[in-house]
Amino acid sequence: MKYEITIGIECHVQLATKTKLFSEVDNDARGKEPNSCVSPVDYALPGMLPRLNGEAINFAIRAGRAMNCKINGQSRFDRKHYFYPDSPKGYQITQFYHPIIGEGYVELPDGKKVRIEHAHLEGDAGKLTHFDTYSLVDLNRVDTPLLEIVSMPDIHSAKDAHDYCKALWRLMCFAGVTNGDLYNGNMRFDVNTSLAKPGEPLGTRTEVKNLNSFRSVERAVEYEVKRQAKLLDKGEKVVQETRGWNDATGETTGQRSKEEAKDYRYMPEPDLPPLNLSAEFIAKQLENFPLMPSDYREKFAGKIADDTLEILLDYPALMQKLAEVKDAKRVSNWFASVLLAEEKSAEYLNDLPTAKQLDDLAEMTEKAELSSTGAKDVFLHLFDPQMKTRDARTIAKELNVLQENDSSALEAIVDQVLQDPACAKAIEDFKNGQEKVLGFLVGQVMKASQGKANPAAVQPILRQKITDR
Amino acid sequence: MQIATKEVSAVDMVKTALEKAKRFENYNIFISLNEENALRKAKEIDEKIKKGENPGRLAGVPYALKDNFLNPEGNSTAASKILEPLGSPITATAVEKLEKEGAIMIGRANLDAFAHGSSTENSYFGPTKNSKDEARVAGGSSGGSAVAVALDIVQFATGTDTGGSIRQPASFNGVFGFKPTYGTISRYGVVAMASSTDVIGFFTKSADDMDLLMSICAGQDPKDMTTLPDYYNQTPAKDVKRIGVIKDFDNDKVAPEIREALKSEVKKLESKGCEIVELDMPTLKYALAVYYIIVPAEVSSNLSRYDGIRYAYRSDDAKDLADVYSKTRNDGFMPENKRRIMIGNFVLSSGFYDAYYLKAQKARTKIIEEYSKAFEKCDFILTPVAPNPAFKLGEKVNDPVSMYLEDVMSVPINLAGLPSLSLPVGETKDGLSLGLQLIGPRRSDKNILAFAKELA
Repeated sequence: MKYEITIGIECHVQLATKTKLFSEVDNDARGKEPNSCVSPVDYALPGMLPRLNGEAINFAIRAGRAMNCKINGQSRFDRKHYFYPDSPKGYQITQFYHPIIGEGYVELPDGKKVRIEHAHLEGDAGKLTHFDTYSLVDLNRVDTPLLEIVSMPDIHSAKDAHDYCKALWRLMCFAGVTNGDLYNGNMRFDVNTSLAKPGEPLGTRTEVKNLNSFRSVERAVEYEVKRQAKLLDKGEKVVQETRGWNDATGETTGQRSKEEAKDYRYMPEPDLPPLNLSAEFIAKQLENFPLMPSDYREKFAGKIADDTLEILLDYPALMQKLAEVKDAKRVSNWFASVLLAEEKSAEYLNDLPTAKQLDDLAEMTEKAELSSTGAKDVFLHLFDPQMKTRDARTIAKELNVLQENDSSALEAIVDQVLQDPACAKAIEDFKNGQEKVLGFLVGQVMKASQGKANPAAVQPILRQKITDR
Repeated sequence: MQIATKEVSAVDMVKTALEKAKRFENYNIFISLNEENALRKAKEIDEKIKKGENPGRLAGVPYALKDNFLNPEGNSTAASKILEPLGSPITATAVEKLEKEGAIMIGRANLDAFAHGSSTENSYFGPTKNSKDEARVAGGSSGGSAVAVALDIVQFATGTDTGGSIRQPASFNGVFGFKPTYGTISRYGVVAMASSTDVIGFFTKSADDMDLLMSICAGQDPKDMTTLPDYYNQTPAKDVKRIGVIKDFDNDKVAPEIREALKSEVKKLESKGCEIVELDMPTLKYALAVYYIIVPAEVSSNLSRYDGIRYAYRSDDAKDLADVYSKTRNDGFMPENKRRIMIGNFVLSSGFYDAYYLKAQKARTKIIEEYSKAFEKCDFILTPVAPNPAFKLGEKVNDPVSMYLEDVMSVPINLAGLPSLSLPVGETKDGLSLGLQLIGPRRSDKNILAFAKELA
């Protein structure tokens, strides 16, 4: 390609705090009536004052740590003014000029680093639904804490844009600061893209706002690159503007040009004292900080297959569990190929079996007390509300899937099968060198043992007994 | 404070207050009366007394509530059209504390709409008249509160002081008016004017009453993050020896009778053994300019929530969203409100912010430093509250700058967040009230009131 692509991404993360950023109202409006999670502070009754939520500070610090960022001891809130019904106060309270989180970086799976410029706390806006002659306002989302993460323009391809967003999503989920539900807007991406010929200064950028999937980020960049390249090829100029994304058509369209940008009349928020955080306070917030994806990659390198690991790294709960169990390799396979294939896997993630249950199951499988099918059966029953409290061996017994490995017991069954006249022909054939009939004989033993015999243990006994006859 | 007892019933006290309020209707003191609730509460207090329960330190004391305090009893209008229909679901922290001690709100007192003004002439409900001369202004913005106390309708009234709104009307009506240290009393539930200078305070007939109200209402409030940790009731007593006077304020822009009053008060202090310290405070002359940048900036921001979308007044003939905003706000605000919104938007707009707002903030820091230095040389500072006694109704309404000049001696104290007591010191030969203010360092509130008790 004859143009170099430069991309910077701003990401708004909704923090999953119990209450809102400035009031004591429930921050989780999922499934609730419009305007039911709104206090007088949120709808901006006169005389109401913001009360800063300490949990949001804690989450911001943890998110900052996840991105290897400097945590600023001093930060401050400003008011950003604009009139719109989604903004009850007539201004947004934001840390844009004096953010709590300073410079850092996010590492992509291929080792590339994208630097973080800063990240700041601010309140979210409400939601408007437009009809023919009127609009409805829902303020449930007002002042949900947002962490706005601003990257440096270190991204140079649509794929890297995708990977950065995904890496960021994983970091926020692993740090435990967001529900990470992209479909419901828990993380929203604004993507700035510009093109320039190699060696030339950066070109004019456009901003595609409010993307809520990694795929749409990638497609929007691809579209913008093509669109801008076409303009530049023709000698035309790219207009600096905000563009919207249409997921159905796969196109971006111009919204408003930055030239008419509003004057937000920023001023310091006089109702909130500046935030001064001591080193001790910050250290305390980072106690019990969980492992991040890169830590898990290091920990499980060579132990868990790379492709399995990449699948499981979308699920912090599964990774945490893997770190607790003895046989991570075997358990990772159950997670990736059994659990995630289940229809109800999302529910199951919230209530995983104990490490002890999984360790027992892995040990029984290792000792061939369970066949792989039997192990899978027991594994799934560890999620069964009726059975999950029992230990793995008890479940295996109840399901009657424990294998017979005891050689004297197996020998008795083999003897019994070999005396069966129905097997005489097969025995004769095997003696004459037809190896494949052994399978038939093993099958007969399995049948006689009601499926409990371990076929691997049966085979050598059969061979020996036939030879000895 | 006269509280209800077995001999003096709360019902009688409240009835008398309501009767007086009606008798003085021509002063336009109250925006609304709270008869039903007040009488019901008075009965409850009398019941408590009868049963021998503790009725509170303000049992049955009728008071006037400046109408920018929120309380579910009646509408909280801020003397504006835009909030005229506003019923509040919540109670301001200060009101809650007063009522917990048994105080009874008998009416909502008039003010300049949103507390913008120095005469109560900017009220949507018309001006309040001066208690000494009905042709003159009550002062402002807490005009209704000052006159309600001056005419003995109530024993105390609440006020707010952003640039002199308690002290100046107190001095115009011969009562005590106290502006505490910034952050001493919670602002929760009080319609914001300028968040960084707004304080809650009171009007009373004595420094003793003021001390009682402060000891009840002062204190940290989790609902207001700018409140200071509790200090008022723990203030150690202080022996006051040195009183500062500001040289610059003794000039011909200050009415001769006020300068006389100051001189005689100074003599009185000297005779009591106080040392008088002359202070040179050259930065104070910038305070008015600084104030009229910072305060309108915060005003423009704080008033942006009144948009007709969620509560109170909305224009009927709005055709689209832009109309809802412009017509609602144009109809709903008084001219002075709009003037301050425009100044505020101007000084905050990009390209002007550094030249006005930022520079004003720097000058504000200088003013704070100048006071700190002054308080190394003296314990309190004594100055006039305003350059003139109460002026005539209508005299300054068309001249905003001369109206703003009324605030020249009161605003520096707000910029520095200091406590200041406006105390009555006699009358002019025409019978107009004269007042002076006693200013102290931050958190010296209790000491100021203690000193004022001594002076009385």
